[in-house]
Amino acid sequence: MTFTSKSTVTQVRYLDEDGNVVQPLPAWADDLDKLIEFYKNMVLVRTYDKKAIALQRTGQMGTYPSHLGAEAVGIGVGSAMAVDDVYVPYYRDMPTMMMRGATMTHNLLYWGGSERGSYFNRPDGQLSEDFPICVPIATQCTHATGVAGAFKLRGEKRVAVTAIGDGGTSKGDFLEALNCAGAWQLPCVFVINNNQWAISVPRAIQCGAPTLAQKAVGAGIPGVQVDGNDIVAVYDVMQKALERARSGKGATLVEAVSYRLSDHTTADDATRYRGSDEVNAAWKREPVKRLRQYLHNQGVWNEDKEVAWQNECNQKVQAAVDEYLALGKEPPESMFDYHFESLSEPLAGQREEMIAKAMRMQGGHNG
Amino acid sequence: MAKVCLIEAVNMALHHEMARDENVVCLGEDIGTNGGVFRATVGLKDKFGFKRVMDTPLAEGLIGGLSVGMASQGLRPVAEFQFQGFIFPAMEQIICQAARMRSRTRGRLTLPLVYRAPFGGFIHAPEHHSESVEALFAHVPGLRVVIPSSPARAYGLLLAAIRSNDPVMFFEPKRIYRTVKHEVEDNGVALPLDVAFILKPGTDITLVSWGASVNETLIAAEKLADEGISAEVIDLATIKPLDIDTILKSVRKTGRLCIVHEAAKSFGVGAEIAAQVSEQALWELKAPIGRVTGYDVTMPYYQNEKYYQIHPEDILLGVKKVMEQSA
Ligand SMILES: Cc1ncc(C[n+]2csc(CCOP(=O)(O)OP(=O)(O)O)c2C)c(N)n1
Repeated sequence: MTFTSKSTVTQVRYLDEDGNVVQPLPAWADDLDKLIEFYKNMVLVRTYDKKAIALQRTGQMGTYPSHLGAEAVGIGVGSAMAVDDVYVPYYRDMPTMMMRGATMTHNLLYWGGSERGSYFNRPDGQLSEDFPICVPIATQCTHATGVAGAFKLRGEKRVAVTAIGDGGTSKGDFLEALNCAGAWQLPCVFVINNNQWAISVPRAIQCGAPTLAQKAVGAGIPGVQVDGNDIVAVYDVMQKALERARSGKGATLVEAVSYRLSDHTTADDATRYRGSDEVNAAWKREPVKRLRQYLHNQGVWNEDKEVAWQNECNQKVQAAVDEYLALGKEPPESMFDYHFESLSEPLAGQREEMIAKAMRMQGGHNG
Repeated sequence: MAKVCLIEAVNMALHHEMARDENVVCLGEDIGTNGGVFRATVGLKDKFGFKRVMDTPLAEGLIGGLSVGMASQGLRPVAEFQFQGFIFPAMEQIICQAARMRSRTRGRLTLPLVYRAPFGGFIHAPEHHSESVEALFAHVPGLRVVIPSSPARAYGLLLAAIRSNDPVMFFEPKRIYRTVKHEVEDNGVALPLDVAFILKPGTDITLVSWGASVNETLIAAEKLADEGISAEVIDLATIKPLDIDTILKSVRKTGRLCIVHEAAKSFGVGAEIAAQVSEQALWELKAPIGRVTGYDVTMPYYQNEKYYQIHPEDILLGVKKVMEQSA
């Protein structure tokens, strides 16, 4: 007997590097207001990203992972999802999380070293069911599979979506999640933010296959590669994957090919391991300029609008920063207060000890 | 003699052993071109080539298992995990495979390997970057757990770990990676494993600590001396197997014991030390054993981490409590 599974991957793309249309756009893209909305959000998260790095550099925030270059992936994914779907993010997912209701302030709190950053609502004001940022690589994928399993069990028409970096696809957790989602036909979408680098290790060292989308083959689910710098393509591919999941047809793996234009985090120095030629070339393909050019060409965006929107972004970001700084720190004993549903006696004793210690330290006698 | 900090001492030891023994190989995430996220492996790839200094795919289970396979062939892998908090995917390989191979095969297959990882908190790191879970590993039969507390001990203990024919977990206290510089001679002389070091002799109380907390313990001992309390300070260095003899000898002299560790209080290494001392020297104690430790809660994100951290004053208070409770 012979079993054949063809694995030909063609990258989906609508807009080229200069914002020119390379194939007829999907019908929904006739709605230029929608594209303007995408664009505005991409500029907003880029403005935020710059500010977050500045805050880290000036000691007002901790280590921060920039999403510079991945705006189309995040805004595309976040915009395509339904409000009551569940998103299971990884650490570089601020743009998607923002589209799902977590604010810039939440992101500042999280990277500013406060657990309050993970307490957020959905855009409709309901308490969010989305997961908090996941730092241990790839573990989030199995959670998304579990969430999707619950949806399927209960017959809910909801989808679990998760994202991961190219490096993360080397991990068992990712492949195990994919495998299970395929075997159980789960309503789940896996998004690879293939930004070419896992800290200093290039994509080629992670995997010998020509595309990461092909990892779907072994799991028996579709694998799609999309130009991650083209938000029209990202949104379109996501919509189809979500629709497929919602209609009971199962999971999809989406590989969004982009480029990490920044250092890995503010603790990293990318010049140690990659050349400026590569980075300069990547800047020519970046997602924000591309959509701006398209909107210009359509006559719905111009310099004045650009300047006005950038000012507004600066204001919005500054307002978030002000809010973050005004919030101050949570009381130290909060580390006990959310630990279990109720406090056991020994833990209550430790809580008292630590309050005494905090008062001592705040009195200036911290040894 | 060169003055080096702890991370540079680690680097020096790796350079030394790779040059001395061609079976020594290094593997891990970002250890090649980047020289490791903390720069522990800087220069190794240039000197020894990518065949001996390997950037692996991003997969800790793989790193754990690759090391087992390589070591079974007589290589001496020194594997880096980027943070102790990211070893967990490799736990199966470490616990179920590395720790048991010699025993299972009655010595036919042995695993001369070292798993290195920075650990511990209080550098304002993000979530999962601050764990101090040495007790998890110390609990597993078949593993050595080694924690240096200074550049000189990092150099000497790492050489010993690489030369050991058994698996060693080598945890580096990253809070003090760069804070102290000592003269360390690159002479290839290993320090003994399984031995605790007496850093300061004393007669009234024994203080046992390891890793970064040794520094606060020494500061506290100085302050106690000002108040007329003579503390003996022991750096445990090898957590497992535990050098209980050095501790017992000291406790028999001072009659009092206070254990200082950064990890959560319950079920930890401090508990083991207290148990062994109770078993063997209860009647020689003049006071109940004290512990100054982290709390039994998730390590808070960094806005509040300083309240979790052990400061010299906390040690002073812990010691005074023991002194007050003396019979
Ligand atoms: C299990 C685990 N191992 C190591 C790390 C340290 N680490 C953080 S990000 C990173 C690289 C991830 O690269 P990739 O998956 O490509 O995602 P990207 O950061 O490029 O978006 C590493 C090794 C971690 N967070 N979790």
